[in-house]
Amino acid sequence: MTNDLDIFVGNTTLIDEEVYQLWLDGYSVSEAVSQRLRAGALEQPGAGPGAGPGAVLHSDTLDHYRTCHMLERLLHAPPKLAHQLLFQIPPERQAGLIQRYYAFDEPFVRELLGKKLSKGTKKDLDDVSAKTGITLKSCRRQFDNFKRVFKAVEELRGPLVDNIQQHFLLPDRLARDYAAIVFFANSRFETGKKKLQYLSFRDFAACAQHLIQHWTLGAVDSHVDDMDVDLDKEFLQELKELKVLVADKDLLDQHKSLVCTALRGKISVYNEMETNFKNLSRGLVNIACKLTHAKDLRDFFVDLVEKFIEPCKADRWPPSDMRLFLTQYTGSAHALDAFRHQALWDRYMNTVTACLLQMYHD
Amino acid sequence: MPGKLKVKIVAGRHLPVMDRASDLTDAFVEVKFGNTTFKTDVYPKSLNPQWNSEWFKFEVDDEELQDEPLQITVLDHDTYSANDAIGKVYIDIDPLLYSEAATVISGWFPIYDTIHGIRGEINVVVKVDLFNDLNRFRQSSCGVKFFCTTSIPKCYRAVVIHGFVEELVVNEDPEYQWIDRIRTPRASNEARQRLISLMSGELQRKIGLKVLEMRGNAVVGYLQCFDLEGESGLVVRAIGTACTLDKLSSTSAFLPACNSPSKEMKESPLVHPPSHGCRSTHNSPIHTATGSRLTQNFSVSVPTLIYTGMGSGSAGKEGGPFKALLRQQTQSALEQREFPFFTLTSFPPGFLVHVGGVVSARSVKLLDRIHNPDEPETRDAWWAEIRQEIKSHAKALGCHAVVGYSESTSICEEVCILSASGTAAVLNPRFLQDGTMEGCLDQRIEETSPAGCGFCHIPYDELNMPFPAHLTYCYNCRKQKVPDVLFTTIDLPVEAMVIGKGCLIQARLCRLKKKAQAEANATVISNLLPFMEYEVHTQLMNKLKLRGMNALFGLRIQISVGENMLVGLASATGVYLTALPTPGGIQIAGKTPNDGTYEQHISHMQKKINDTIAKNKEIYEINPPEIPEEIIGSPIPEPRQRSKLLRSQSESSDEVTELDLSHGKKDAFVLEIDDTDAMEDVHSLLTDAPPPPGFYSCNTEIMPGINNWTPEIQMFTSVRVSRLSNITLTNQMLNKNFNDLCENLLKSLYFKLRSMIPCCLCHVNFTVALPEDELIQVAVTAVAITFDKNQALQTSKVPAEKSLQRASTDNEEQLQFPLELCSDPLASQPFSPAKEVLESASSHTGIPAAQRDRCNSWIELIKLKAQTIRRGSIKTIASLDKASPLAEGHARHRSVPCSTNSTVTVVKMTPLSFIPGAKITKYLGIINMFFIRETTSLREEGGVSGFLHAFIAEVFAMVRAHVAALGGNAVVSYIMKQCVFMENPNKNQAQCLVNVSGDAVIFVRESELEMVPVQSSTVISQPTSAGGDVTT
Repeated sequence: MTNDLDIFVGNTTLIDEEVYQLWLDGYSVSEAVSQRLRAGALEQPGAGPGAGPGAVLHSDTLDHYRTCHMLERLLHAPPKLAHQLLFQIPPERQAGLIQRYYAFDEPFVRELLGKKLSKGTKKDLDDVSAKTGITLKSCRRQFDNFKRVFKAVEELRGPLVDNIQQHFLLPDRLARDYAAIVFFANSRFETGKKKLQYLSFRDFAACAQHLIQHWTLGAVDSHVDDMDVDLDKEFLQELKELKVLVADKDLLDQHKSLVCTALRGKISVYNEMETNFKNLSRGLVNIACKLTHAKDLRDFFVDLVEKFIEPCKADRWPPSDMRLFLTQYTGSAHALDAFRHQALWDRYMNTVTACLLQMYHD
Repeated sequence: MPGKLKVKIVAGRHLPVMDRASDLTDAFVEVKFGNTTFKTDVYPKSLNPQWNSEWFKFEVDDEELQDEPLQITVLDHDTYSANDAIGKVYIDIDPLLYSEAATVISGWFPIYDTIHGIRGEINVVVKVDLFNDLNRFRQSSCGVKFFCTTSIPKCYRAVVIHGFVEELVVNEDPEYQWIDRIRTPRASNEARQRLISLMSGELQRKIGLKVLEMRGNAVVGYLQCFDLEGESGLVVRAIGTACTLDKLSSTSAFLPACNSPSKEMKESPLVHPPSHGCRSTHNSPIHTATGSRLTQNFSVSVPTLIYTGMGSGSAGKEGGPFKALLRQQTQSALEQREFPFFTLTSFPPGFLVHVGGVVSARSVKLLDRIHNPDEPETRDAWWAEIRQEIKSHAKALGCHAVVGYSESTSICEEVCILSASGTAAVLNPRFLQDGTMEGCLDQRIEETSPAGCGFCHIPYDELNMPFPAHLTYCYNCRKQKVPDVLFTTIDLPVEAMVIGKGCLIQARLCRLKKKAQAEANATVISNLLPFMEYEVHTQLMNKLKLRGMNALFGLRIQISVGENMLVGLASATGVYLTALPTPGGIQIAGKTPNDGTYEQHISHMQKKINDTIAKNKEIYEINPPEIPEEIIGSPIPEPRQRSKLLRSQSESSDEVTELDLSHGKKDAFVLEIDDTDAMEDVHSLLTDAPPPPGFYSCNTEIMPGINNWTPEIQMFTSVRVSRLSNITLTNQMLNKNFNDLCENLLKSLYFKLRSMIPCCLCHVNFTVALPEDELIQVAVTAVAITFDKNQALQTSKVPAEKSLQRASTDNEEQLQFPLELCSDPLASQPFSPAKEVLESASSHTGIPAAQRDRCNSWIELIKLKAQTIRRGSIKTIASLDKASPLAEGHARHRSVPCSTNSTVTVVKMTPLSFIPGAKITKYLGIINMFFIRETTSLREEGGVSGFLHAFIAEVFAMVRAHVAALGGNAVVSYIMKQCVFMENPNKNQAQCLVNVSGDAVIFVRESELEMVPVQSSTVISQPTSAGGDVTT
């Protein structure tokens, strides 16, 4: 005897947290059943003695999967969930469902960061799946979430995080993460190079937040389209003016002596700093000057690592020394009489400092 | 021209994309009522159109208002081709027609299409202006209230219970019309939905007319069903109990409510014989037509289990003449009625004097032999015949009334089984007669029927029993005789004294049947029915004993017919009544005692059974005090011979042979243990697993022994269709399969709801159908209610005590105007509701018993008071009404109907008549909806499960939306009366019809009530307000 049809519909839509997670994780019904069996679902009160091995669980899992499947359409536009009439779900549970649907695996998003959210990328998800051990189904859902959020906020006015929160009803932190993902996907920063592998999604998310706050159009004008997604072109153009700091030999020497005076005796890697100063400074200023080129912009993080982090790591700078150095390096430029782009310099260096400090670890 | 219907189309949202090119829709709306249609403008290129239409006004007579549904069709405008329909909304405007119900329907309705399901929502406002109709010969019955609830609705008091009303209407089924060959199934399903809407409106109107004739103003326990007869037509029929209801003054309506529902039923209604003999023409001639035309006209009627016997001789010296008198009175009052039936299942204390037992009748009919299928006469005659039979069964049990009455059908091809069942009962003559005799009878009644056990006492002559039964003296009062087991179709009376908890008991049975045609088929079925009844009964009896219980409530036996089998499913709630004797155990014995291993086997089985009984007693907390036989002084010897048969078997089989008169005297079914069938039966007894710890289940409204419900409820519907394997089927195989199907379904439910532990599944309603060969469909609707475990442990208080306490406190609360009462000189109301209660309360309230006759005048008094208040302050009342937290919420919701951030009102649904921890403050009208859903892409929609899952969810959504639009926040007495599912996997098609009903209500949480005591007292005047025209 087989059950052709087997459904359970409650007036309040019941979704088992555990099954929801299994569904989100992309397990098939039978995989989910065996996982639940292993987790001891049948020992829970209510399963009762002698419940056919797995039969009850199978029916229950299928049912939840069906509900999840029907809900998915609504989860694609979370505000609809609050207004739809089909499922009666208490508001706090709705929030939970949405949050978990849009939650992502950091190893997965790390792989995808900075890639174009295109069909081609989607096709290659099986490699990502194999690499990260996350099911292909789950990878696809996460990818689609990124793409959906990207599409929705791409051309909206106003702050990116607010827009994401409004359109997807996500909690603050998750919305910030999505903002980072959207930002990276839009600017297509290179994150996949071997040198960058040690960086986690959190590192990039923090950097993205600094970049969004200080380098986008939104940082100067809060009433333009794409204000938080696109970098401020004018600003990038102006950055070329900083060239003088390394091109003018006097200025460079002056800058060096100011920094050295300030740091003498205060950092443990003073000698290394002194010998490397010109290289480091050249590195940082050159990065700034090249940002108008799309290719170099994309390599921003690679360059930061190559030109600054790697030399420091080679000399074993402690992070506290790096902080001191960067503060002095930025501050001393103000004392250079011949250097007139103080505001521009600060806007550049403050963000770069924040990024470097975030990225400087093993 | 007594009515004006006004409709405004406000907006739409979430519409589907109808134009692929633009990904948008050019939507407009057609509003149709009767033959008049209005259209809105096209709102171009939007999925969230804002029509904000003018008020469309329909000027119609009230007959039309009752019959017709309001049809709203949303379409996509297309310049070049025909406009595409997006979907429809049918709105039943009946709730706007009674004065106390809703005044406006306003809200978001799902736009429904039979193929695509819900496609967006539409915001509609509907109002009705009714003009007073002075025409005496009117055909409409506006103002008669309908309730699905099978008890007196919470905020009403029954002044008079008039009795049974029934009606049926017939029409051609659009699906079987010739035109179906040229139109799409979608069009024919649309036509079907429309037709059924129309027919149920007409039916309701006609029933309303009968109620008005009887001078009632409401129908309680309204049960409407559809029979899809196929080619012979589509029948919509309904039964109910006509009443005159009075809205309770809000003082009591706002009393902090009680958890148990029937607590509030303190107002005892009067049963009032119809003052004039006029009844509708339909039910007058009974045996006239059709009988001869119906070649197969077999009727099986089995008064299933009845033990009763209040002998005039044995009942004591005083009891004798009294009883005769009692019977005479009751008889005279009830005999005036054609059918003294009541669809109610719970009653005010004291209403039921004695309960005889279950009476049922079944009849097999051939649909293709209906002489004039378009007319209702034949079906009327069928039902009249069955009802007559029920009536005579009741009489045989010494009862004059049937309570908890219901009717059902099962149709397969051209064969139709009609069934009716109820509980034979004797009702209190005080509710039937006027007050003249009361003085002399009152005291005796108190003496002879003590609260808590009176209803168990047998109502018929012990020396002249209709069948053999074991009688003992009542274990409670020791004065009257009681049967050893009692089966009923009603809810457990509030005053009943119960030990421990109850449990759901089911008997499940399949019988193979040869495929046959027409008469042959009907004969085969007719011949099988008595055996099925018998076996179902046996199973119930065995299972009852196995649980150590002695009474069944809410018994519902369903027998469904299929192509090649019959299925029987009986559900009931077993309890241990203190008044009845402790059930004996079950003993088994073999036939061949010489075989050693065999003996061993038998004793092993016996041990298992004994263990199970002991375990069950523990689970259900059944620990009756041991009473030595001598104290009882029972002249009746211990149950007889237990040696050769299952003991319970022997008992039940005795009765059944009696019942089974048409089949001779021999036991059709002798259970001996070397008989493999018997073996199976014993095994199947033991396979019923008890619910897991923390769960209880029952099919009645409340679970005996649990009183402390917490507010969390979850109503659900679960459907399973099982395919029987193809190998040669035997009865045993079928039985096992069917049994497993039901057991597994229950197990799944327990597992699903495990997060609610401790909880009780209440009103578990199983329906079984045989949609095709080898397919069994079981649908369950029930509600899980959580309860407080800590308090549950101390429930051993005697229920009667509680009910008395309850009654007295209720009275105290009612008697808020004792001074006025005492000084009220009128008080000439002959009927005194709540008198019994009053008596018990008199010591508390200090009101002399002599005053009790006047209690009915409270109502008048309160009304009077209310009126004065109302006159003084109409405006404040209106505003106060809105100021209640709930109304406020709705007002807010309504004032911004198109605002995007309005959240969806949470609507509770429950099959019960109450909501735990809450007080129902207003009934908004009956919800009665019929939907068809079809698909031609079954696989793509997730197969049959995906299809039905989505559909049931949609049905819930539409019910909730309608309730919310009426301003309500719950549906009580919800029932899914039909769920007909058909599939054709080869064609990738499926279709399903669902019929649901319930009462839309507004409830207020008790906790919120306590916070607004000031308001509640001022709202007194509200219910008596002429109402209805606030919005006009």
